[in-house]
Amino acid sequence: MLKDVTFGQYYPGNSLLHRTDPRIKMLILIEYLVLVLVANSEIAALLSLAFTVFLIAVSGVRFGILIKSVKPLIFVLAFTAIINLFFTVGEGEPLLNWGFITIYANGVRNAIMMLLRLLSLVLGTSVLISFTTSPLELTDAIEALLSPLKKIKVPVHEFAMMMSIALRFIPTLIEETNKIISAQKARCADFESGNLLKRIKALIPILIPLFVSAVRRAEELADAMECRCYNGGEGRTKLKVMKSRPADYAFLLAVTVLTVAVFFLNNISVSEIINLCKAIF
Amino acid sequence: MINAIEVKNISVIYGEGTPFRKAALNGITTAFPKGEITGIIGHTGSGKSTLASLLNGLLKATSGEILLFGENIWAKPKEMTKIRSRVGLVFQYPEYQLFDETVEADIAFGPKNIGLDEEEIKNRVRLAAEFCGLSEKELKRSPFELSGGQKRRAAIAGVLAMRPEVIVLDEPAAGLDPQGREEILSGLVEYKNKYGATLIIISHSMEDIAKYADRILVMKDGEIYMQGSVEEIFVQAERLFDAKLDLPQITKLFIELKKRNLCQSTDVYTVGYAKKEIEKIIAK
Repeated sequence: MLKDVTFGQYYPGNSLLHRTDPRIKMLILIEYLVLVLVANSEIAALLSLAFTVFLIAVSGVRFGILIKSVKPLIFVLAFTAIINLFFTVGEGEPLLNWGFITIYANGVRNAIMMLLRLLSLVLGTSVLISFTTSPLELTDAIEALLSPLKKIKVPVHEFAMMMSIALRFIPTLIEETNKIISAQKARCADFESGNLLKRIKALIPILIPLFVSAVRRAEELADAMECRCYNGGEGRTKLKVMKSRPADYAFLLAVTVLTVAVFFLNNISVSEIINLCKAIF
Repeated sequence: MINAIEVKNISVIYGEGTPFRKAALNGITTAFPKGEITGIIGHTGSGKSTLASLLNGLLKATSGEILLFGENIWAKPKEMTKIRSRVGLVFQYPEYQLFDETVEADIAFGPKNIGLDEEEIKNRVRLAAEFCGLSEKELKRSPFELSGGQKRRAAIAGVLAMRPEVIVLDEPAAGLDPQGREEILSGLVEYKNKYGATLIIISHSMEDIAKYADRILVMKDGEIYMQGSVEEIFVQAERLFDAKLDLPQITKLFIELKKRNLCQSTDVYTVGYAKKEIEKIIAK
């Protein structure tokens, strides 16, 4: 059950996206989010879709794995599309008027746009970050990008350390949970039948041992860190020093240009572009 | 002889179709005779624990079948709880599964889940605690106040209280002091003798295996590497070393003694037998 959530699942590889500097990837991620959310005209949406396909293609992540990551969201996607389809009130004649169901051309357009936008968000961000960036690289990148805030006394290093510890322990806790579930199942515990209250009560034999062991782990980790003289970020060096290559900057620049282009294309309709092309040639 | 559990051509493959694909078990076939103690040994990652969670249906094999007294355990998936009450499974470090307010309530968790009545539950809890060497006083305490060894006993008692016909234990004595090991293992043997139960013990301690097991199953890389009686296995020292395993220390001592022509017997696996052998040598 917990295994199917792909967020935070690193997919080892050596693709273009794997090699890109994680700091640059974080910046590209911000631009990408803006780009996908802003794209509103057909041509801009097409451009953002093309870029998403490009990201997926260069990530080297297998298609089956991507499908698996979308699977849990099918309900949300379908729900959004249907809401948009039925509840958009457009201008002009409705495409279909059947009892209380009225579908406008605008509704179809909105449904498709929203579906593509959500799919792009999920797939694009996961190939850009989750699948191609290890959790350690990710926190290092966040720490580096937020480091200017140190000047106004924001404990950036401590935040990054907390985040990497939290990320580090997600798989451990999942494993621990599965172990406890198995152990209680071996004692004939039943988590699947009964009403809601009964099922919530059935979780107590899992949650209590889990909390107890999480607290124990936290104490042990704190001791182990102190034994190795950890005392915060002051003067601490990194095992992996992040380096940006010219190619990384070129990638960032290209995405910036793309984002700006999407802003411009939003205000231009398809017919205007055709006219523009005719005028040029 | 009746077999309590038969394992037929079982394979378990994790992560099929991903870069992490791994065959944990590779078509193994074996049987666990009723009323005997089978010790399973093998290097880390050899598939011992996977085999353990197959036996009570916590894990479903990719292929093959498991028979409990001739009945396929997956024949009625809805009645899995029944199978789990008949095949008790004690995981590695079972003390981390304790959760209830008192040790008594925690041990009663399994019997309660089977749906026994109050009186029977109370009875079984007392008996299980006795087998595991827990006193009346300890039953009333919170499981989190107990020492590591006592927690282990409480957790094992939680499985014994279901009165299983087969008990599978994954490293029941790991990390305990010698006296604690002795008490837990001999308590299990007592239980076995009283109820004619079948024990399957996974262990890294060759001494414990030599002392308690009737049969040994050696696993290597998800396959059965050797199986047979204690004597049949420990006589093949070379093959054991190949599987990154070892002999009981006392056996190694007697091999050295034989090399120096001080003693002729190499079939010494337990300290008790060693004592007799040494006395014989001295008497000469």
